[in-house]
Amino acid sequence: MLKTSKGSAVLTLPSDTEILIQREFDAPRHLVYKAWTTPELVKRWWHANRGTVTSADIDLRVGGKWRWVMMTDRGFEVAFHGEYKEIVPDERLVYTEVYEGAPLAEDGEEAALNTLTLVEKNGRTLSTTLTQTRTKAVRDMIINSGMEGGMQDAMDLLEQVAVSLA
Amino acid sequence: MARAATTADAFNAVAEPRRREILDLLAGAERPVNDLVSMLGVSQPQVSKHLRVLREVGLVEVRDQGRQRMYRLNGQPLKPIHDWVKNYERTWNERFDAMGDLLDELKREEQGNAEDE
Repeated sequence: MLKTSKGSAVLTLPSDTEILIQREFDAPRHLVYKAWTTPELVKRWWHANRGTVTSADIDLRVGGKWRWVMMTDRGFEVAFHGEYKEIVPDERLVYTEVYEGAPLAEDGEEAALNTLTLVEKNGRTLSTTLTQTRTKAVRDMIINSGMEGGMQDAMDLLEQVAVSLA
Repeated sequence: MARAATTADAFNAVAEPRRREILDLLAGAERPVNDLVSMLGVSQPQVSKHLRVLREVGLVEVRDQGRQRMYRLNGQPLKPIHDWVKNYERTWNERFDAMGDLLDELKREEQGNAEDE
């Protein structure tokens, strides 16, 4: 099992179109699930210390939509939305995710499929988030969307990647 | 779709699975082409083609040793990729750290409620 200490999330790129993030929490899984599925709670962790979560809409049913918005300290808005595809309370969430700032957002190729899996052991929870995209460009773009430090660098890199794939 | 002729950056160079395999092999040791050919099980022209791309972006360096050309990894061009991924990881670490604090609070609340009952 992974550690629960600060900064202990482990990111790997299992393939050109996947991102995997694992982290252990010292809490039972129903609380981790609650943190992911309750708007007031999402507002308290999703900010990543980079701004304020201004909106966390969650319609938690299969086919239901979600949309989370953050106003960053640098003054720009970052928004994601998607649809819940599979819901197993306290255990598993499968949902699509679209980054609204994405340059590819027009053609429908941009939606990533996220699978959150929570496994509890001795009161602790191993959280696994697998992001699957249709193309490497989208995977790379998602990684870019998380950029705060050096946004310009990120955009330059994104451009390079996009150009190299054209 | 026309394939871009240019392979001018490390991102593109490592996008090809075979080239990542080559980098993994060279990370372990400096090797001649023939080693790579037998380890990868692909033709020598294929391996040479990938090595050329890797050399162009500086990921692989070559030197002559007798009649053999020895290839070795130069990790420096991978740094932007590493930094780029690390930045994303950092964002999620900040998120999950905040979630960890929140969970501690929720746990205390639950325990408090249980004691009240």
